[in-house]
Amino acid sequence: MRLLFFGKLGDAAGGREHNFELPEDVSTITELIKTLSDENPALGAAIAGTCVQFVVNNNIVTSDAAISNGDEIGFLPPVSGG
Amino acid sequence: MIRIAFEPFHPARETEAYSATAENAGAVVSFLGKVRGDVDGSINGLLLEHYPGLTEQSMTAISERACARWDITEPLIIHRVGALALNEPIVLVCVAACHRREAFVAADFIMDYLKTEALFWKKELRHSGDAWIEPRSNDYDDAKRWREEG
Repeated sequence: MRLLFFGKLGDAAGGREHNFELPEDVSTITELIKTLSDENPALGAAIAGTCVQFVVNNNIVTSDAAISNGDEIGFLPPVSGG
Repeated sequence: MIRIAFEPFHPARETEAYSATAENAGAVVSFLGKVRGDVDGSINGLLLEHYPGLTEQSMTAISERACARWDITEPLIIHRVGALALNEPIVLVCVAACHRREAFVAADFIMDYLKTEALFWKKELRHSGDAWIEPRSNDYDDAKRWREEG
């Protein structure tokens, strides 16, 4: 699957785009965040420390959304455009 | 018409072209947002990130809400991404309408929502180290006005 981290989450993740093999026992965004946090505590802290929106295949979803390998998942911190 | 600009754009030229297409309008309001330096000169520029596809959708949704609410010509919204130098244009909003009031108010509305709902992330490039910008509570208060006023 493809993971996209925007804004300060990209810094914590070590880059905006990552290819990721979803473990078989991970099926929701919440579980994915736990897995990512175990691998990279700084990224976990960055996600936990701000109001993050989640995107699965171009749709904004809640953290209990189901995910599978092949999905594109976006992690969006609060926006600051204009 | 919404557009992500990857390179610097020419606000006056864009405004003139938009105005020329709004043949029945009696008013055209344009707002230009620029990269502002700090008083102490500590900012070198900005880096703006977007989510290709979804950012355009978020801008279109804002434009459509403005069109549904006021009697205006479809707005022009151009937003830069990438590395921006001090004083460069970041965002241009042009709104044409029969009369000035709708054009002013709709441009104000669009900017408030570009600040709080459009998918952009802004990093200040500082001599002392780069820093992602957190949204200000004022920005949310500004956008909230439109809900309270119905």
